[in-house]
Amino acid sequence: MDKVDIILDINGAAHEVTVEPRRTLADVIRDDCGLTGTHIGCEHGVCGACTVLVDGAPVRSCLMFAVQAHRKRIRTVEGLQQGAVLHPLQQAFIDHHALQCGFCTPGFLMLTVGFLERKQHVSEEELLDVLSSNLCRCTGYENIVKAVKAAALQMSASK
Amino acid sequence: MKPAPFAYHAPTELPEALKLLATLAPQDGRILAGGQTLVPTMAFRMARPAHLIDINGIRELDGVSVERDCLRIGACTRHSHFESDEIPGRLGDLLRKVVRFIAHYPIRQRGTFCGSIANADPSSEWCCLTTALDAIVIAQSERGTRRIAAADFHKAIMTTDLRDDELITAVELPLLADDTRTGFCEFSRRAGDFAIAMALVAFRLEHGLIAGARVGIGGAEATPRRIAAAEAILIGKKAEPEIFAAAGAAAAGAIDPIADTNNPAEYRRALVQTLVGRALASAA
Amino acid sequence: MSTQLKDNRGTGIGASVPRLEDGPLVTGRGQFAGDISFPRQLHMRIVRSANAHGLLKSVDVTEAKALRGVVAVWTARDIENVPPIDFREGPNEKLAPFRQSVLARDRVRYVGEPIAAVFATDPYIAEDAADLVAVEIEELPVIVDASAPVADFADGLTTEATICRQGYGDVDAGFRNAAHIIEIDVAIGRHSGVPLETRGAIGRYSAARDVLELHGAAKVPHRNRESLARMFGRSTAAVHCYEGQVGGGFGIRGEIYPEDILVLLAAMRLGRPVKWLEDRREHMIAANQSRQQRHIIRAAVDADGRLLGIDDRFFHDQGAYIRTHGTRVAETACGILPGPYRLPNFRVACHFRLTNKTPAATYRAPGRYETNFVRERLMDAIAKKLGLSRVEVRLRNLLQPADMPHERPLTALGDEVVLDSGDYPGLLAKALARCGWNDLEREVKARREQGELIGLGLAVYVEKSGLGPTDGAHIHVHDSGDIEVITGGASVGQGFETVIAQVCADKLGVDYRRVRVVHGQTDRIEYGIGAHATRATVMTANATAVAAGKVRAKALDMASQLLQTDPRRLSIIAGHVVRLDAPDQPLMALGEIANHLRPTSKTRGGREPGLGADGWFDTAHMTYPYGVQIALATIDRGTGGVNIEKMLIGFDVGRAINPVLVRGQIVGGFAQGLGGALFEEFQYDERGQPLSVTFADYLLPTVHEIPQVDVMITEDAPSATNPLGIKGAGEGGIAAVGAAIASAVDDALGDIATVASLPIKPQWLKAVIDAYTAVSP
Repeated sequence: MDKVDIILDINGAAHEVTVEPRRTLADVIRDDCGLTGTHIGCEHGVCGACTVLVDGAPVRSCLMFAVQAHRKRIRTVEGLQQGAVLHPLQQAFIDHHALQCGFCTPGFLMLTVGFLERKQHVSEEELLDVLSSNLCRCTGYENIVKAVKAAALQMSASK
Repeated sequence: MKPAPFAYHAPTELPEALKLLATLAPQDGRILAGGQTLVPTMAFRMARPAHLIDINGIRELDGVSVERDCLRIGACTRHSHFESDEIPGRLGDLLRKVVRFIAHYPIRQRGTFCGSIANADPSSEWCCLTTALDAIVIAQSERGTRRIAAADFHKAIMTTDLRDDELITAVELPLLADDTRTGFCEFSRRAGDFAIAMALVAFRLEHGLIAGARVGIGGAEATPRRIAAAEAILIGKKAEPEIFAAAGAAAAGAIDPIADTNNPAEYRRALVQTLVGRALASAA
Repeated sequence: MSTQLKDNRGTGIGASVPRLEDGPLVTGRGQFAGDISFPRQLHMRIVRSANAHGLLKSVDVTEAKALRGVVAVWTARDIENVPPIDFREGPNEKLAPFRQSVLARDRVRYVGEPIAAVFATDPYIAEDAADLVAVEIEELPVIVDASAPVADFADGLTTEATICRQGYGDVDAGFRNAAHIIEIDVAIGRHSGVPLETRGAIGRYSAARDVLELHGAAKVPHRNRESLARMFGRSTAAVHCYEGQVGGGFGIRGEIYPEDILVLLAAMRLGRPVKWLEDRREHMIAANQSRQQRHIIRAAVDADGRLLGIDDRFFHDQGAYIRTHGTRVAETACGILPGPYRLPNFRVACHFRLTNKTPAATYRAPGRYETNFVRERLMDAIAKKLGLSRVEVRLRNLLQPADMPHERPLTALGDEVVLDSGDYPGLLAKALARCGWNDLEREVKARREQGELIGLGLAVYVEKSGLGPTDGAHIHVHDSGDIEVITGGASVGQGFETVIAQVCADKLGVDYRRVRVVHGQTDRIEYGIGAHATRATVMTANATAVAAGKVRAKALDMASQLLQTDPRRLSIIAGHVVRLDAPDQPLMALGEIANHLRPTSKTRGGREPGLGADGWFDTAHMTYPYGVQIALATIDRGTGGVNIEKMLIGFDVGRAINPVLVRGQIVGGFAQGLGGALFEEFQYDERGQPLSVTFADYLLPTVHEIPQVDVMITEDAPSATNPLGIKGAGEGGIAAVGAAIASAVDDALGDIATVASLPIKPQWLKAVIDAYTAVSP
């Protein structure tokens, strides 16, 4: 099918790409824009490894076509740090051993960044609900929960 | 798991969308709203629409409003809209109760209420809700507008009364009286999974006795529906555990449950009995 | 110890330091197989069988080839000279006929079997073309039950490829003298590792260097290199494997699969790099499955419940072919089944059967997850028969510290079983005290009286780790003072680099952050055995310690000349040489010493150039960590849902290099074990059609399904088989979860039913509860 010219605004930089409509947002971010931090784990919207922020909302980039993201503000894991300074969530993941193989990590980071930027005070129940959106096969989740709680405290304190 | 090729259309006005639908539906054209169900199906190549009509850019389809005595939910309203405190009253409470069970947080950011209704998956919470509350589905095409009662809308598994050239533009939910008590209960293997069965109940108390009872079942049969036998047990009785248990038993007895690889019909029947009882207890 | 703190700035053995691996991973800058791309690369897509068993009548690739962007489409005819994939341990005449061809020749034996390979300029086009390949299959009868009567495989062979037998003593005498005989028939459902990253391989041929490269290798890069060199008739100097970041292994990833062979062959023949990424649906039908066994097992006990003998007959469901592991998993199950108990007589026969399912192989704690479940169910059954508590029956049968080391005339993982050290009763006592077992029993009793279905379960088990026979490491100190440790190990995400860096830091006297660990690159070190069977900390770490010791000696020898001081009066602290009587005054940096040892250095004298050394560590036997798992479970009468309210895992690791990482391994393993106990299953219908091909059907636990786990790591019984005393923890968390949860749910069911299979599902629980209530209200 005919290709479409689109502009993807990723982490503040404009990427002009020409893509078939059927190309998923995940594939275009990775292969056309060269940002491979967003990972593909299932391609049917269950594992959450492909989570990015689209206009502030955490979404599964394998369930969107790139053409749908034309001119929307997209944020990926590559855009989290400020220069050499890691985002509080990134630092918390390191400090609390919240990753082993690291494949699910970008998805968890974007999921929680998106959620915590919109809601500062979260109950334990809400947090677990949100975290149950994504799959991790290595850690058993214990340290992911610890890391996100610690980062949430830090993020709400610095507001 | 890459989708098969398709032509992409992104109308910005409703008449344009209806015209495209009229032309393209016979050529295997489909509506793309939230995409949370359609896109995975396309990834598995179980669906290979030749055309996708993306309605996310049609402003007219956005938004929720209160009109007369009902809540009008536009086609592009995301599940996440119902998580907020925006919608007041008992209906708002009920919607907030139910929405937590729909898939997961990121899915709710994109998936739409009306998309669920059009998809007619037996385990859809919104489909159960619309039948339990006797909602109206508004279907538009170039030929005009139809108002379809929820009870008549869902025909069979993944099958509705919607014609190929029709688009659900809105669903109207009747508002609930201020003294309505509601309850919702479902069972799935993991949090966020497709429900194996669910119960949605609503009733008021008049002089301490149950009135206006609604018992809706979903996930257990091919389509969701109200169970009159269970409602009959409740009407005019006290809101007590024995009554609730009897209603649960009646619901279980009245249904013709579906069976699949892991869930025999009898399991769904047993679940319905449990879930009706628990939904009623939580409402009281 | 303050000296230790100074030596390596508190980053040596025993410190829970942050991981070196994490920086690139949290910033999305890792290089997983899917992230690697080469110019002009082609994309491969495999056409797979849609039938479980049949004759392959024809494969028509004409339409596929004609699609724009398709460069080639291969069938078996195009790779006639390529042999079937051989066993990792070497040729085995008896099992050879059951090996899998790279592409199906005249027969398909499982849904998912590769039939053709498409090579195209883009993965979307490759998938379009794969859809256009027309396959004609004449269906044959299907076997989906390994304990059903055998059928023909081919050429006079049946689907019982072999029978594995092990045993010792006089089992029949044991049963003759028994006061009681207990028999159970139990089964473990088919499930597997299912890592979050699917498989991937990129083949590239460098004509300039005449080197064939496989990128995305994992687990056993050197072994794979040898196998690949053999398969392709090339020298090992002309084949190299490269491992980047790996998204979980769990035993599944890193074996040689048909797709690895195809990308390499295609890279050579088509003259372009070839990239293959498995999609999730493919993974569920093509990557190694595991665990499925059915045991019919009998125990002979005396009047006090002491074991006189065990006789086990089991069926191992291998799936359609025998892959790289041969009969390893089944043999391990045979050898390790007795676990921590005193067992005077033992006989086991494994009917190693082929069925029309995806082939099976190793998955974390292979042979142990299964046999722990079987053996502990048997112990619970003995307790029930004799009216003993489940704790008491175990106390009466556990090996005592005085019995160690305990040799069993059995082999597991090709190694004779010698339980090297352990205090099993001691750990059990600690675990019972830690969870407050007696109080829990009282609580269970009280809640039962209120009508709850609630139960306690336990399992005692022995693990194995440190698979030898040897491992090596090369350490090199750069002029900058940075240290490289080059190992033949591999990382699947477990923190390998950090642990090795800590050991190097500990033995050399540096901060671990100055240590770079190289793994998974066959062109950096000649030999390697990889990371599997929980061997990395035991083997590679010990080899690193040996090398570090040599480097330290070399450094002090050079320093003693430069400083005109006896080397025995010197030490290395935080990367600097110091005098022992003035430890706070750094005299010379390691990098400076490295500089003095350069080939052209005038101060080098007759010394070998370079501040570096090789270290090797050999081991005659594996080491055996051990554990206890205790669970408290409730069953919801209304839905059959199971809730694990409390979970304790007690595990003795000998010595923990990084306690936080150890805990991470235990908890992560537990989550997988819980999946196998309650949620995960590869289901097949009677036609051999796989039913669990999406993440909606194959249920991986989310955070909601994982309870809090109390992890009690002990270091009571350091291994006698290695100087660092390490036993390893990689498989300790998962190994007995099925056993412990089954025991708890069984206790909750009481007289209602007995748990005889995994996974335990709510549908079954609700049915037995309702049936029992119906007859006894």
